[in-house]
Amino acid sequence: MKVSLFITCLADQMYPEVGESVVRLLHQHGCEVDFPAAQTCCGQPAFNSGYQDEAREVARNWIRAFEQSDYIVSPSGSCTGMVHHYYPYLFENEPEWKEKAERLVKRTYEFSQFVVQVLGIEDLKASFPAEATYHPSCHAMRLLGVKEEPVRLLQHVEGLEMIDLPHKEDCCGFGGTFAVKMSDMSEAMVCEKARHVTDTGAEILIGTDMGCLMNIDGRLNKEGRPIRVMHLAEVLLEGANKKR
Amino acid sequence: MTTIKTNNKDKRSLIGSGLQQRTEDALADEFLRKAVAFTTDKLKNGRLNAMADIGDWEIWRERGRAIRENTISHLDYYLTQFADNVVNNGGNVHFCSKADDAVQAFLGIAKQHNAKLVAKGKSMVSEEIHLNHHLEEHGMEAIETDLGEYILQLAKETPSHLIIPAIHKNKQQIADLFTEDAGYALPAETKALATYAKTKLRNYFLESDIGLTGCNFGVAESGSISLVSNEGNGRMVTTLPKVHVVIMGMERLVPTFDDLEVMLNLLPRSATGQKLTTYISLITGPRKLKDLDGPEELHVIILDNGRSAQLGDPIFQEVLNCIRCAACLNVCPVYRHVGGHAYGSVYSGPIGAVLTPLIQQDMKEAGQLAYASSLCGACHEACPVKIPLHDMLVHLRHRKVRAKLTSLPERFAFRMYEFTFGRVTLYKVATKSAYYLLKPLSRKGLIHRAPFPLSGWTDSRTLPMKPKQSFRDRWSELQNELKGGMKDEQ
Repeated sequence: MKVSLFITCLADQMYPEVGESVVRLLHQHGCEVDFPAAQTCCGQPAFNSGYQDEAREVARNWIRAFEQSDYIVSPSGSCTGMVHHYYPYLFENEPEWKEKAERLVKRTYEFSQFVVQVLGIEDLKASFPAEATYHPSCHAMRLLGVKEEPVRLLQHVEGLEMIDLPHKEDCCGFGGTFAVKMSDMSEAMVCEKARHVTDTGAEILIGTDMGCLMNIDGRLNKEGRPIRVMHLAEVLLEGANKKR
Repeated sequence: MTTIKTNNKDKRSLIGSGLQQRTEDALADEFLRKAVAFTTDKLKNGRLNAMADIGDWEIWRERGRAIRENTISHLDYYLTQFADNVVNNGGNVHFCSKADDAVQAFLGIAKQHNAKLVAKGKSMVSEEIHLNHHLEEHGMEAIETDLGEYILQLAKETPSHLIIPAIHKNKQQIADLFTEDAGYALPAETKALATYAKTKLRNYFLESDIGLTGCNFGVAESGSISLVSNEGNGRMVTTLPKVHVVIMGMERLVPTFDDLEVMLNLLPRSATGQKLTTYISLITGPRKLKDLDGPEELHVIILDNGRSAQLGDPIFQEVLNCIRCAACLNVCPVYRHVGGHAYGSVYSGPIGAVLTPLIQQDMKEAGQLAYASSLCGACHEACPVKIPLHDMLVHLRHRKVRAKLTSLPERFAFRMYEFTFGRVTLYKVATKSAYYLLKPLSRKGLIHRAPFPLSGWTDSRTLPMKPKQSFRDRWSELQNELKGGMKDEQ
């Protein structure tokens, strides 16, 4: 199965190890992974700030980059959500591009969604003895409907004890430019989220979106909490390597 | 609750001073934040339980959405039908296009009856047109008979929640207000406080010249007004005074009683987590000859005030589908922390952030509310009629951009973003440069302090330092390794 990695600009620039984990895991499960080098960003920062014309041109670049791909997999529910939820709208007045966008929407998946729904695997044969908690990201949950997939993948990890995160479905306060533009509101939200994470007593916080995780990690760091923050793919890869 | 440092006078802000100041004030108010979080949690959990026992909630929700869509798409038809039926039942209808027209309509009725005292049931539309203020100016006294509204009237404040107006007050603060009003000490106990208010309000019901209420749904096929309430004050206000005035937004209709049944299942469950409210009143015309009680006159003031401007709008018409249940407020993480007053509008929370700039037709000041959301989508998920509030917030931001109401630096930044992120060659140059720009700021892989506007982030969070090698820098090596691995395995 041929899969193109949609790295997202955030993971590309800030968290290359997350992209690497996704690639290695997909490779281990029989996918032939490529990296369309023309990709940059999905356009979400501009779109969510109201700059739809600017977002459209960045989206056009994304569509060109992935036009030939069979499957497109990304370590972010938010960026995948942008493609799914807003690309057809962005090109509403350009039928040719709209059709391209709609065709790509059907092939674009968030990482856990792809593994569970397309590869049909829930047990990635990983072992990770630790106590962890999981923060479900808003856009994966609400734009893509990906709720169960990450949980199921984690349930199969040997030795990983999951502690329920109180108020888990509350946003962490990231929201892209919101974190800077409305920094006071964002701060209040991330402080509460960090407190809930700390209250679980978990050693590890797991998530599926680096935006949210960068935000919560940033707060935990500021408070000096020694909680390791990991993307789901990192947990699964490290766990799979341990079991070998 | 985590303490947030505010009161930082020199702080620079990317949002309008009004919203910024109100946000800072709210965040500094520990009482408010505790009270709001406590009550919204209760309401949120109540809603989840009440949803569970009615079968497939999604089917109900879709039915509710369809009913509202049909109503709003044919609003001219249903409004005519409703108004005709109100008149046929012996009532009077006043169509008002602006807030001031509605105020004048009410003052006209009051003058006719030489009214001095008005007993009010809960009505957000009366807040929208600032009716109490106008009545006072004309020498009349308005008494709020909804307990929450009564508390706020004593405190000289406005509601901070659609259905729990005094959500930002805790029991002690209410006891203090009542004690001051009574002139003797009242304990901070719900029963004692409610009894005090009840006794005090009873006399007002009897003495009032006019009873004023809102309307949850007008039923077009019969011209009936439905009111849902839990305190019973609605019944008093609509039966004891000689004149009953209803004031409602023009969108607040359902076509039939069958539709009303669906909405009355959705509304209390979404609002308070109740399967049914304590009272549901249906008022069809004034007192008839053989009726034992009821007002002699019924007036229905139907207000437009910016609503009809949304009709036919492909994106925003749906905002008129709102049934004012406040489920979106109760799940909103922004509302949870700042409460209702920070929105600076009668309507708060996600629905307020969308509705206020639209009905005020003010993208400049009120339009700032479009940014009071992380776009988490919890509002849409909770909405019993599926209004895509998170999408609407983004589209409002777009309106702001289109009207050139965003700052020049911001516009420039997104132009640059389009220019560089729109083509990979420039993207690579820009991201490499970012590494060298950020490097002097970092210490052991973390950035603790950054200049404005990034300081908004680093004041409360660290930022990771960008690694020198991006994923794309590593790709060819990774690809070779995996290819080699494949050969080995073969």
